[in-house]
Amino acid sequence: MTTVTRRHVLKSGTALVGGMAGILATGRAPAFAQGTTVHWLRWTDFVPASDQLLRNEIAKEGEKALGIKLNIETINANDIQARVTSAIQSGSGPDVICVLNNWGQLYGESVIDVSDIAEELGKGQGGFYETSRAVANDGKKWIAVPWCIVGLQIAYRKSWFAEIGYTDGKFPQTWEEYREAGKKLKAKGRPIGQTLGHTFGDAPAFAYPYLWSWGGKEVEADGKTVVLNSPATVESVKFMVAFWKDAHDEGGLAWDDSNNNRAFLSGTCSATLNGASIYIEALRKPDTYKTEAGGQLKDDILHAALPKGPGGQFSYHVPFSNLLMGYSKNQDAAKKFLGWIHSKDVYDKWFVSQKGFSVGPTTDWEKHKLWGDDPIMLPYKQAARTGRFAGYQGPSTRKAAEVVTKYIIIDMYAKAVQGMPAEDAVKWAEAELTKVYV
Amino acid sequence: MAISAVSATTLREAPPPRRQRLLEDERWLAFVLLVPTIVLLGMFIAYPFIRGILLSVTSSRVGMPGDFVGLANFYKIFNDGIFRTSVYNTFVYTGVTTVFKLALGLWLAMLLNRNFRGKAFTRAFILLPFIIPTVLSTFAWKWMFDPTFSVLNWLLYHFGLITGRINWLGDPDLAMISIIIVNIWRGVPFFAISLLAGLQTISPELNEAAAVDGAKPWQRFWHITWPLLLPVTMVVVLFSVIQTFADFQIVYVMTGGGPANATHLFATYAYQIGIGTGLLSEGAAISLAMFPVLFLVVIIQLLYIRRVEVR
Repeated sequence: MTTVTRRHVLKSGTALVGGMAGILATGRAPAFAQGTTVHWLRWTDFVPASDQLLRNEIAKEGEKALGIKLNIETINANDIQARVTSAIQSGSGPDVICVLNNWGQLYGESVIDVSDIAEELGKGQGGFYETSRAVANDGKKWIAVPWCIVGLQIAYRKSWFAEIGYTDGKFPQTWEEYREAGKKLKAKGRPIGQTLGHTFGDAPAFAYPYLWSWGGKEVEADGKTVVLNSPATVESVKFMVAFWKDAHDEGGLAWDDSNNNRAFLSGTCSATLNGASIYIEALRKPDTYKTEAGGQLKDDILHAALPKGPGGQFSYHVPFSNLLMGYSKNQDAAKKFLGWIHSKDVYDKWFVSQKGFSVGPTTDWEKHKLWGDDPIMLPYKQAARTGRFAGYQGPSTRKAAEVVTKYIIIDMYAKAVQGMPAEDAVKWAEAELTKVYV
Repeated sequence: MAISAVSATTLREAPPPRRQRLLEDERWLAFVLLVPTIVLLGMFIAYPFIRGILLSVTSSRVGMPGDFVGLANFYKIFNDGIFRTSVYNTFVYTGVTTVFKLALGLWLAMLLNRNFRGKAFTRAFILLPFIIPTVLSTFAWKWMFDPTFSVLNWLLYHFGLITGRINWLGDPDLAMISIIIVNIWRGVPFFAISLLAGLQTISPELNEAAAVDGAKPWQRFWHITWPLLLPVTMVVVLFSVIQTFADFQIVYVMTGGGPANATHLFATYAYQIGIGTGLLSEGAAISLAMFPVLFLVVIIQLLYIRRVEVR
């Protein structure tokens, strides 16, 4: 039997008090009690299988490989900015946050320089797409590690377009043709579905390239001089008003990024700009989503790029990137985690689960054998090469990110569709841009 | 015996311990009892309020403390068209919903003040909109007003009341009407139950006597019930105005301030600018712009309550 002496008790007590003081001073639980957990905040993926894979397999593998417990939290993409802001201001929250678009530029001062990880990733995987670089690099350093790019293409009903003359997978090539096609389809109760609402993906991915294709742009290459109010922009707005009335589901003004999926899958709209989530969902439940003839809807879906305008043909694909937060108390572990999750073998599993909904941030992923699996997904393969980013013709700076998050370009079109004269809508948007770029 | 006597004398003469003396001092005790409340008010009301004021006079962005800019943020927002729309919307939203909530709440309260079978069940049932968490019930309403799959449109169409689809949330005016409807639906129970409580304090004998004297129902309501119900009504209306003026959840869930900023209120616009875009100072300035109106409402409320107490 061990004898507990008074001296023994005093020594233990002193050690305990000392230990507690240490813990209180650092504000952290001791390592043996705490374990290392990296908290990763992401959007709720439009491909549910990918979230399951992350939680059920990749998190466990990460724990084995790195000794890091991975806490994956998913929320609605429209709520991510609010979470980032509150986390930064309170100095606590997720260690790594996956943001969309160029939102990362808004938080440049509150994140860790991840140039070492990003540079290595770019070098090892064929180099980044320009979009990935533009949103995750502030011109001096990498403020985020580019994660992926969700390609945006028009998903359309093959048979319905065939009925109006677009057979053999042909699709309207210009806005005029698209409008005429939409007019015919709307007359049959099959309008084009497009959001002009306050939402993160489909709305900017439509409004920006539409503007560029008419020759309009926010700013000059200097990233300061606002040049939105041009004849090209006014023309684009005028055309949009008629286009909307003639060809679109007018409820689109209130749609978020999920409304068009529901509308398309239920046979309510004939075409919509989207990531491939509609097609992937139709593939996942072939017996749920049917055509009016009773066939499987998946066999009646094709994808096409946005049509050309007088200024050319453009696209905007939604980039995602991982911010390593400056307040994180697990920065080393989080860095280790980022390097690991972006490594080819680990990323490959997630990439495959996306079935082409996302392309990688680097060009090597175009060579993946996945692209040979399904020709319907091929238009997404190299889409990221052609994508421009918000803020064009200038760099994708914090100001450009502010314009995106204030929905100024989208609202310019929405206001005109609601009845504001085109010139006034453009003037309004120009004034809003000037306030931002001042 | 001698020892006991000495002890008793000692006990009588010894002053009570300091702690006991403090607790017997009413002023000190009152202060001690108030401390938790003061701490809570300080943490959750005074601190955020002062912090909000400090933020609004700086150029703070998310993660950047910013510099002192005086009233520049206020100047900026007062020249902002979306802010002006938000101010207009907030007044319309508060005014219209309050009138409807009062009218419908009073009507319901009068009905519930009568005797009928299932009265207790009906009273409980009427509280449902108020009990369900706002965000959940608003999501249900969003589905009912869905631009494409609106169950309301479906019903109206099948009853032959409409031939085409009503673009509830896509049309600026209809979107405003939609959020007003939801707010009224949610707020009526608060008015109904509060006014019912007021009605039950009015002696039925007053109405009976007036009826015997030949007063018609409308006259009885106008000359007896309404004056006696007015103090409760004023308090309920003022509380409702404060809540509605600062409303956030219904608009955020239903429209997010859209379409094209047509339904932004103070709170949703402040949220979009301050939290969404990370322009904390501007967001704080927008929030604080509500303060003078709400402060006025509170002053009126306090003055009225004091007047009623004096009477």
